[in-house]
Amino acid sequence: MKLWNHYHTPATADEAVSLLAQYAGQAQVIAGGTDLLVDKRAEGGYNPHEALVDITHIPELCKIEEDGDFITIGAGVTHTQIVKSALIAHYATCLVESCGVVGGPQVRNVGTLGGNVAHALPAGDGTTSLVALDAEADVIYMGERKRVPIRDMYLGPGKSLLDSHRDLLVSFRFRRAADREATAFKRIMRPQGVALPILGCAVWVRLDETGALFEAARIAIAPIGPTPGRADEVEHALIGQPATIETVERMAELAQSTLHPRTSKYRATADYRREMIGVLVRRTLTLAIYRAQTGDIVPEGVGA
Amino acid sequence: MTRLEITVNGQYHDRDVSESRTLAHFLRYDLGLTGTKIGCEEAECGICTVLVDGVPVDSCIYPVFKAYGRAVTTIEGLAHGDELHPLQQEFIHHGAVQCGFCTPGLIMTSAALLDENPDPDEHDIKVALKDTYCRCTGYTSVIRAIQSAARQKRGLDPLLVNDPEVDEPMRVVSRSVPPQEVVAKVTGRAKYTDDYTFPDTLYGRTLRSPYPHARIVSINVDKARALPGVRAVLTHTDVPGENRHGLVYRDWPVLCDTVVRYVGDAVAIVAADSEDLAAQALELIEVEYEPLPVVADPKYAHSPEAPVLHPDHPTGNLLKHIKVRHGDIEQGFADADVIVEREYHTPTTEHAFLEPECSIGVPAGYPGHDKLTVYVGSQIPYQDRNQIALAVALPEESVRVIGTLIGGGFGGKEDIAGQIHSAMLATVTGRPVKMLYTRQESLIFHPKRHATIIRIKTGAKRDGRLTAIQAELYGDGGAYASLSDKVMTRATTHATGPYDVPNAKIDCYAMYTNNVPSGAFRGFGVTQSAFAVEQNMDLLAEQLGMDPIEFRRINAQKVGVTTATGQLLRESVGLLETIDDVQRDMQAHHNGEGFRWSWKEGHKAYAWGFACAYKNTGLGGGAPDKSEAEVEAYEDGTIQVRTAAADMGQGIAHVVAQVAAEEMHVAYENVKVLLCDTDLTPNGGPTTASRQTYVSGNAARLAAAALREAITQSAAEMMDVPPDTIRYEEGLLRHNGKSVKLGEVVGWMKQNGLNPRARQEYWAPKTQPLGTGGDMHVGFSYATQAALVEVDTDTGEVKVVKVLSSTDIGRAINPLMLQGQIEGGIVMAMGHCLSEAFIIEDGVPWTRLLSRYKMPSIKHAPEIVSHLVEHRTADGPYGAKGVGEIPSINTTPAICNAIYNAVGVRIYATPVDQDALLRAIRSGQREVYTAWQDVK
Repeated sequence: MKLWNHYHTPATADEAVSLLAQYAGQAQVIAGGTDLLVDKRAEGGYNPHEALVDITHIPELCKIEEDGDFITIGAGVTHTQIVKSALIAHYATCLVESCGVVGGPQVRNVGTLGGNVAHALPAGDGTTSLVALDAEADVIYMGERKRVPIRDMYLGPGKSLLDSHRDLLVSFRFRRAADREATAFKRIMRPQGVALPILGCAVWVRLDETGALFEAARIAIAPIGPTPGRADEVEHALIGQPATIETVERMAELAQSTLHPRTSKYRATADYRREMIGVLVRRTLTLAIYRAQTGDIVPEGVGA
Repeated sequence: MTRLEITVNGQYHDRDVSESRTLAHFLRYDLGLTGTKIGCEEAECGICTVLVDGVPVDSCIYPVFKAYGRAVTTIEGLAHGDELHPLQQEFIHHGAVQCGFCTPGLIMTSAALLDENPDPDEHDIKVALKDTYCRCTGYTSVIRAIQSAARQKRGLDPLLVNDPEVDEPMRVVSRSVPPQEVVAKVTGRAKYTDDYTFPDTLYGRTLRSPYPHARIVSINVDKARALPGVRAVLTHTDVPGENRHGLVYRDWPVLCDTVVRYVGDAVAIVAADSEDLAAQALELIEVEYEPLPVVADPKYAHSPEAPVLHPDHPTGNLLKHIKVRHGDIEQGFADADVIVEREYHTPTTEHAFLEPECSIGVPAGYPGHDKLTVYVGSQIPYQDRNQIALAVALPEESVRVIGTLIGGGFGGKEDIAGQIHSAMLATVTGRPVKMLYTRQESLIFHPKRHATIIRIKTGAKRDGRLTAIQAELYGDGGAYASLSDKVMTRATTHATGPYDVPNAKIDCYAMYTNNVPSGAFRGFGVTQSAFAVEQNMDLLAEQLGMDPIEFRRINAQKVGVTTATGQLLRESVGLLETIDDVQRDMQAHHNGEGFRWSWKEGHKAYAWGFACAYKNTGLGGGAPDKSEAEVEAYEDGTIQVRTAAADMGQGIAHVVAQVAAEEMHVAYENVKVLLCDTDLTPNGGPTTASRQTYVSGNAARLAAAALREAITQSAAEMMDVPPDTIRYEEGLLRHNGKSVKLGEVVGWMKQNGLNPRARQEYWAPKTQPLGTGGDMHVGFSYATQAALVEVDTDTGEVKVVKVLSSTDIGRAINPLMLQGQIEGGIVMAMGHCLSEAFIIEDGVPWTRLLSRYKMPSIKHAPEIVSHLVEHRTADGPYGAKGVGEIPSINTTPAICNAIYNAVGVRIYATPVDQDALLRAIRSGQREVYTAWQDVK
């Protein structure tokens, strides 16, 4: 049974946006399609999309670029491209670690980071790392090019700022990790049910010149609320603290006492998630400290 | 239609293609490259994998226009002419092909891996194939095949095949010959039902009830019939014959008339010029329902207030009360020094065979078809024919069922799926009608493994001898009987475990509910009762302060024991040897450093768990169990074996071929097999109850022996020598210096009006119905398994590291392929323990998508060490018993016993919930009574 009637592969972002406009709400952006088409399949019944506008043939959207201290990733870049990028592995390690656990190879080969964000699941693995990287999204929103902080892309569970019948996600941009800065991502899954994390955690840390104290940190843990959030209390509490096991332990406890996860059916109880907050903060912070202190960076868990 | 430029397997295509096409549909239906299989259309199972510019993608949801201008490689493009790709060769060589339906996907995914990484280790393979599922093999042989192919590509020798040791191998029997049609399966040429095409075919679809229980007020099909391109819309009023089918009780409407009893019940069927038109037509059928109260669980079903779902059934919602009475139960518990009583819960589980159901009905008179014909991959072709004939009101002889290759079954392809519907639509329209179920439809429609509630009380004396077992089982039979009666009988009769239990009282209530029907599934009820029995054994051993292995050894069934159903075991009870094998391997694992049941490494707790099992071979219980086979010899020296015994990947095709080759003294390569055509092959009976090797193996043996006799007679006449002086040697018949080729004898026979063909019926030894004492079964297979489990005490995550297995199967007809049954059975059972539950909420399935049902992927595959014990059984062919189900029975309790040994928490419900397990570990609770599906 067909899931769409017409299929377009524009060569430029402007062409894509004007196609969407021509269809006046009847066409939708598609990248890898590994969420969009599966969601359509899940609806059941006979209700194909009128038209799909495939953005993965637009060169601008399919590139990973370095621009001074910034890295730009096109919205049509696949998870596999990210996983294989030595640049991202070194300067935004958490993103490789999160993109490396999405689906299996076949899905990562076509599924895109842009699709992950556009799908707007609060615990999307790529999203969690983009939040820790404090990324911004370049979008074409209501016909205008705009730059939007990543967290503002999310209005609610599954609800994006962008209307994929009208708007276009162009790229993501974030500052690469400098010396004494490092990132890490880990998640907890269960072997049953839908392939969404019980909990994911990405951290970015900056140590002082001696490598002994935290100067700054960003900690993204999801899902906690309806949109991706950060552990603000923990981030503040970390500043100036020694980069030691004891601090990590205190921060894990602080995260557990200040974040309030919920129970989700067939995924996890709130109690379990609270336990996992401790586990993940411990595991990711320890790894990020090690990376920041040693510069020894090898992404973990890719393909797990 | 839009112009598409694409290169497929090196061939450039420039043609008009529908913009709506997926790559998989384009390949299969536009180009006829049916080697690419479709399993789920959710990018979940990975069996549709093809390479686009060398990169593996799920072609099932890949828009073909995404591949514009690209180069696509499919399984058909891998071999160079007759020269197989090393992966294709090594998949055959290492026995990594069973049903073959996932094989193209596994091979294509692996091909991309080897192109990128010429020397992948096991981890690399697990990463690359993580989302390419196989439900048959358990992945062990797949990993070995890939590594072997990688070596070959690097110019090294292939890996040695891990061929199990067996006793007294014969010339062909007990040799690991390649299975039948395996080359077709690795090259994509093998044809499953959806791969057949007939000109003018229509597409059939089924309108299914959205309610678990409702009265049908009205059905209006006018709008659907009016849609151009729709050729037929049928409802219950159009069923020509009996509007009921069923294998044991005829209670299942072909099309619902007054009431729907589960979400998925068929209400109307349509045939149209295209799949899309058929789907649109379904939307136009107007059905008015009046929802009725839902019976959602078997205990409620048994209560007086529950609505009665089948008013015609004499015992109401109680489909069957099954009883085992043995000895004096009160005395048994009075004699016990220790008694353990616990309640266990198992969920509904799904076969998830990778090929969704497909049937093609072809009307009588269509070219090449003189009677109404149904092509279907079914486990029971003759009973399909019977049920189709009754529904369409034709004599059985006027219906032909042609069995195609089956992409996995595991019990899930015994009941009627689209066979009757496609036959009805073909008859009405006069055109072939294909009914291919979507994965999502397959999930909600077909009978599952019974959810059970098992309360079991076990008593033992201080010296370790069991004194009594009392049990009460509830089985959720769902909306229709299917095989509930038989399945729950097996759960009941095997609820003592493979032990000598002098006193037993077991009651089982198989209940009708408004859930999806339950039926046959590998293990057939015994999987569920073993979960309870074997954990109670460990609990008792602990209370007695005994080693759990020693405790089992004391009670193990052996020759001379009488089972709880009154069967004196006279032969072929290899349980103790299987215990010895596994215990030896457990000790060997520790390399002489002293065996330990459990240990800790950081936040990981490790432990072994142990469990035993037994499982009947054959239908038993007084059911006549017979098979018929025919063997014919040809002038080219080949022979053909014909029987309607379904091969769903388990390998009855090579079993009957090996048996015939052995008896006929010909090379295995010269034996062809024709299975499951009700016009051309005699009835082999159902592929169920681990019976085919025993029953159809024997029928083939008898037929081949009879043909050999006839050929010997003729050869004696040809050579003018006494028949008893003739010896067979690889296709030659010799007498002293003289010899004649088998094919020449066949030619002589034909010239002399003799038929080089023999047909024999084999009747398994008579069995007794439950409750009458005596032999309820012709024999039992036995197994012991130990699981080494890792529990992450930070997260509660459970991983199975290793499974040690030993199985008494009487004789291995094909050791390598039999080992594949064991490995596959273990991994399937692991899924039941750790990840699988088909969730139904107040009668409405939540598991409507494959993405909501996680079966083990290659990344979960443990190391498996498997031994065979061959206690011959007198009546089995060369001593063989069944193997299909026995490996899937004790894995779950072995894992749960290991979890207890690792962290001191006992699991009473599956699949194991890491969430509850961790909370129990943290709070010092020793018992978990909830499973994953209880997280709400």
